[in-house]
Amino acid sequence: MSIVHFAGASGDRAKRDAQVAAGQQLPGVHAPGKPKFDWKNWLLDNIVTLIFWVFIILGFVLAEGVTINWFLTELCNRIYRNAFLVLALIIPVVAGLGLNFGIVVGAMAGQLAVVFVRYHDIGGFGGFMLCMALALPIAIICGWLTGTLYNKTRGQEMIASLIVGYFGNGVYMFIVLFLIGAVIPVQAGHPMLLPGDVGLRMTVDMGTIKYALEDLVKVPFAPFMVVCGALFFLYLIWNQFFRKLKPGQERMNKLKFIVYAALSLAVAVIFLVADITDSALTMVRKVPLGTVAVIVLLAVFTKWIMTTKLGQDFRSCGQNQHIAESNGINVDRTRIVATIISTVLAAWGMIIYLQNIGTLNVYTAHTQIGFFAVAAVLVGGASVSKATVSQALMGTILFQSMFILSPEIGQAVFGQAILGEYFRTFMVYGVIGLALGLYVWKANKQSKLRLDDPEDPMDKTVAEVVSGK
Amino acid sequence: MSDDILRFKNVSKAYGDHYVLKGINMEVRPGEIHALIGENGAGKSTLMNILFGMPVIHETGGFEGTVEIGGEDAKIMTPHDAMTKGIGMVHQEFMLLPGFTIAENIKLNREITKPSLMSKLFGKRLESLRVTDMNSDARKALDTMEMDIAEYTMVAGLPVGHMQFVEIAREIDKTGIRFLVFDEPTAVLTESETKNLLAAIKRLAAKGIGIVFISHRLDEIIEVSDRVTILRDGEWVATEETKNITAAEIARLMVGRALSIEREEGGREISDEVMLEVKNLRVKMPGEEVKGVDLKVRRGEIVGIGGLAGQGKLGIANGIMGLYPADGKVVFKGQELKFNDPKGAIKAGLAFVCEDRKGVGLLLNSPIDLNIAFTALQTEDKFLKSFGPFKISDQKAIRAHADEMIKELDIRCTSAAQNAGALSGGNQQKVCVARALTQEPELLLVSEPTRGIDIGAKKLILDLLRQLSEEKGMTIIMTSSELAELRSICDRVLIVCEGKVAGELAPTASDAEYGLMMSGSRVSKNEGGED
Amino acid sequence: MKKIVERIGIPTLAVTAMLVIVLITAAIQGQSLQTLFSDMLNRAGMNGLLVLAMVPAIKSGTGPNFALPIGIEGGLFALVCCMQMDLGGWKLMICSIALAIVLCTLMGYAYGKLMNCVKGAEMTIATYTGFSIVAFFNILWLVLPFSNRKMGWMLGTGLRETIQLDSFEAGGLISNLLAFQVGKITVPTGMLLLLGICCVLVSYFFKTKAGLAIYAGGVNPQFALAAGLNVDRGRILANILSTVLAGIGIIVYSQGYGYAQLYNGPMMMSFPAVAAVLIGGATAAKANCMNVVLGVFIFQGLMTAAMPVANQLFAGTDLSDIMRQIIQNGVILYALTQVKKGGDR
Repeated sequence: MSIVHFAGASGDRAKRDAQVAAGQQLPGVHAPGKPKFDWKNWLLDNIVTLIFWVFIILGFVLAEGVTINWFLTELCNRIYRNAFLVLALIIPVVAGLGLNFGIVVGAMAGQLAVVFVRYHDIGGFGGFMLCMALALPIAIICGWLTGTLYNKTRGQEMIASLIVGYFGNGVYMFIVLFLIGAVIPVQAGHPMLLPGDVGLRMTVDMGTIKYALEDLVKVPFAPFMVVCGALFFLYLIWNQFFRKLKPGQERMNKLKFIVYAALSLAVAVIFLVADITDSALTMVRKVPLGTVAVIVLLAVFTKWIMTTKLGQDFRSCGQNQHIAESNGINVDRTRIVATIISTVLAAWGMIIYLQNIGTLNVYTAHTQIGFFAVAAVLVGGASVSKATVSQALMGTILFQSMFILSPEIGQAVFGQAILGEYFRTFMVYGVIGLALGLYVWKANKQSKLRLDDPEDPMDKTVAEVVSGK
Repeated sequence: MSDDILRFKNVSKAYGDHYVLKGINMEVRPGEIHALIGENGAGKSTLMNILFGMPVIHETGGFEGTVEIGGEDAKIMTPHDAMTKGIGMVHQEFMLLPGFTIAENIKLNREITKPSLMSKLFGKRLESLRVTDMNSDARKALDTMEMDIAEYTMVAGLPVGHMQFVEIAREIDKTGIRFLVFDEPTAVLTESETKNLLAAIKRLAAKGIGIVFISHRLDEIIEVSDRVTILRDGEWVATEETKNITAAEIARLMVGRALSIEREEGGREISDEVMLEVKNLRVKMPGEEVKGVDLKVRRGEIVGIGGLAGQGKLGIANGIMGLYPADGKVVFKGQELKFNDPKGAIKAGLAFVCEDRKGVGLLLNSPIDLNIAFTALQTEDKFLKSFGPFKISDQKAIRAHADEMIKELDIRCTSAAQNAGALSGGNQQKVCVARALTQEPELLLVSEPTRGIDIGAKKLILDLLRQLSEEKGMTIIMTSSELAELRSICDRVLIVCEGKVAGELAPTASDAEYGLMMSGSRVSKNEGGED
Repeated sequence: MKKIVERIGIPTLAVTAMLVIVLITAAIQGQSLQTLFSDMLNRAGMNGLLVLAMVPAIKSGTGPNFALPIGIEGGLFALVCCMQMDLGGWKLMICSIALAIVLCTLMGYAYGKLMNCVKGAEMTIATYTGFSIVAFFNILWLVLPFSNRKMGWMLGTGLRETIQLDSFEAGGLISNLLAFQVGKITVPTGMLLLLGICCVLVSYFFKTKAGLAIYAGGVNPQFALAAGLNVDRGRILANILSTVLAGIGIIVYSQGYGYAQLYNGPMMMSFPAVAAVLIGGATAAKANCMNVVLGVFIFQGLMTAAMPVANQLFAGTDLSDIMRQIIQNGVILYALTQVKKGGDR
């Protein structure tokens, strides 16, 4: 941060306005001159994403058996399944709670709803919606409890959210393995129950809830991609040349615009050609518009909520709880609301996940959800304090690609698919550890006192917050 | 207009039995710039806490007397009450969020919103922000300050001076602001920024806002204020029209003690040997930054370092001991000391009694004997005995030494096994001194030795220091906020202001001289261009 | 009353109460209390060193060592290497412990360095470091050219999930050393003795110059700095010690259990160890050997005793494992709520 002398109220206002209009930074606000591109920092900031890109490219080179249409079918399917869960992580990050591993608790709430609905053998889209409705109150209560816990473990939220997932798992097990049957009266001999009528069997069949959302409306893949590519291209054109800028907004960087535009155009053209020539690309599974719509809706919702008073409060609390509090924002409540929203979204995300899978593994389905979602959002370039919708979506794509390719690479290189599976477990935990570790390391390095730093008032506030003033 | 006066009537405040404010009367008229000055602990911040209904006041039994606005009891119980009464404050530390624009900061938690379908269904917090309106409000407030930076600029990366202005703009933007408190607003500003700020404050006053201007810089007070109120030790000393009073007069009133300073001369020998020489020392200690200090200490001397809080006096000893990043040159007995090497400093023969007794000075949950022996054990391998191939601490020797120290320094405790945290402040301080003495140092650095200690114990500590000097010929550098203390035992007193030595005074110098020097008057006159 | 509760600590009291209830229930059910006590002693002895590994880490200020799997994998690797050389009996035990100490010292050093880089978020990072190490060793177990038939799969390459120590004449070797019987209660003297010796050694270590320095750096880093200490070095030393204890601990555990559990076996092992030391009265910032002994006997005792009791009450429900999860993680969560200030950030 550079501190340059205040040019003073005597500065020539017209001149400054002209500079602003020309897209220049104010003198004295940022370091003058073209900043040299800092490769080292850029590498450090993007190392996790880069590792994944390298891995995926390597995967395509090494694993010969992977056809593009199989890969795309797998990938898309996994995106429909997981994107909602990953998006559930964004709001807690913005509100300063860090990465909420506690979405596992939400997932279990969703599973309880599914269990109830399936017990009464309700199926189809109606059953799906009933699951969603039932999960809501359970998730709200769970979210409120975890949120309260996070407020009591301030500064340790991430380890607390991990442990609360395990704790919740214990409680959940107690419910599905013991309470159901032993305390909650059930119909004897129900096929979902273990022999002895206490506790649930390992798996619950989703029945006609399977694909309830997926099968609503389906369109072929290639035309869908053509439309997507074309729409995005048109949006870019409008954004770059026709949109009226609000004060403070800037146009997209020219290079970025060209790359994006070329890519979206390429996607549209490739799939148009594929569709006409009936190539292998058309073999990709049909697109379930319902699921896609729900994911898009959540993305829009997340963006929208940031434009409300509540979203503004999230952002305030996320930046500095002390300042937010002293300006009269109820920080504790805001954090609880953020946790509740995240938990509810996780519950819904889990139901969407399950209707795609088709069976509920009562005792194991939820256990890895937290890790996978967090790893995905981190791979997308998010951090403990910053996460966006596009990072979540990008991360899901990269992460799931790695997931698909790992066993293939293991098979191709070592002749052992299991090795690939161990490797991807390593990637999941490694990515989380590496990303979080780098984040803390950088933060510690920055807060280290250095003699020649100009006095930074922001640091001062942070220091005072830490010292509990 | 008279019905708009803000008046403190006979305001007192006690924490427990200890009165920190005694019968303060003060009034602020609309359009007036009323300066408030006093040393640390004079009661300025307590008075302001009362004005803002801070929880720290009301959770500790409230206060006596009344705060009136326009002749009526204002009944300010919460900071929110203060806001609705039109009282605002510009904090010394900035309360700005770096990731927000200027406008978002100005409107923090007072955002303009519009209802939407969602907000009607799920509550007011889902109302959408009206960014355009927020920006234009912010623009208005910034224009009042004649500040021409764009309202949609991010706060992160703004120069300090701008941030101060954003803070002020936030207060102005609050509807019906009538009184505005500035708490040391120029402390972090450069000279030109200060000029701009003072001009802005004058403009605000001209619009009819009553201003309380808290500052230790006498020159600024003389320049900007209409009246000045001086507090000392929680008591009202004087309120004067600024044009009728001189800086020297204010300084005298601020420092002057009713108590006379007791001082015993003689009994010590000071050699000509320069024991410690410090050249251009800079220390990065948060809140107490040192920006280039020169200092010479002769063997056998007691040198005092005084000055107001936050001016850097505490940073000097911390820097010499290597506890914060520092550079410059420190020569001790002809040998240059390395920086950021506490072990080296200790081994060279320096010992430090830290100002933060509970935070840095002691292991509160460990027994007294370990506290006393610790540093000597670690750096000089004392109190160790062999245990097979290892050396473990010799509990017996540690205890014996502690008992000796307890007797010598008269530390009141049940036994040497008592935890240090259980002792009273004065006795804790003695434990710290005992640890320093166990190191058998040649130079003792003592910071704020009497902070948070009752009066009886204060005298014991000071006597102890003098005794050390007289009987053992110990050289001492004592840093303290309490001038009277420094003047009672030191041979000479250096006053630190804005990270530099403002000058050296004899203990017998007048109150006015001390006051002026602490307020940096001379600094800004002689070295005007410093920034 | 309230003071007593505060002094002993809610987790200790609550879990002790549960243990008493379970034991009473067992007596009512007519279970053999003597067999139960034997099992409890055995379990406590097996887990003792793993819990003791928490003490240096907590004392040094890095908090409970959630990265226990690092040391565990080091210990297992040492064990497996010695098995590869087809050592048996005491030779296997002593060689593997010696090799474990060497390996864990190296790993602990690296881990300590890492902890110094991530001050303020040690617990979170430690957890994921532990998980990553387990996943990494999973790959190693599979690809390293171990060839001893006693530990490979029947088909294919790589090591087995569990390797029987009996095939190396090492099962229960330490447990049975000097073991004696009081009535029907078997006392695994060797294991308890080893735990006792290690506890005494750790206690003494914290009375040495280096130990005192670590302790001071843990409770008050500023104080330690002012006393001329290198706090970071102390933290590294403490984490080496913790990792080494975990490495020895898993060898003791394996011989008591009769099997070395590879692959995902060590993944979750840090949590019961953390919970045990907390139940013994430690906090995230304070622990001693007394906490270890108390905690491991109460917590592991409860887990051992609860299994047959729950099984008889509700057959086939695995209720004791559910109880373990709830107690273990509940205790850790409680400790987290007691962590003061928290970062900052």
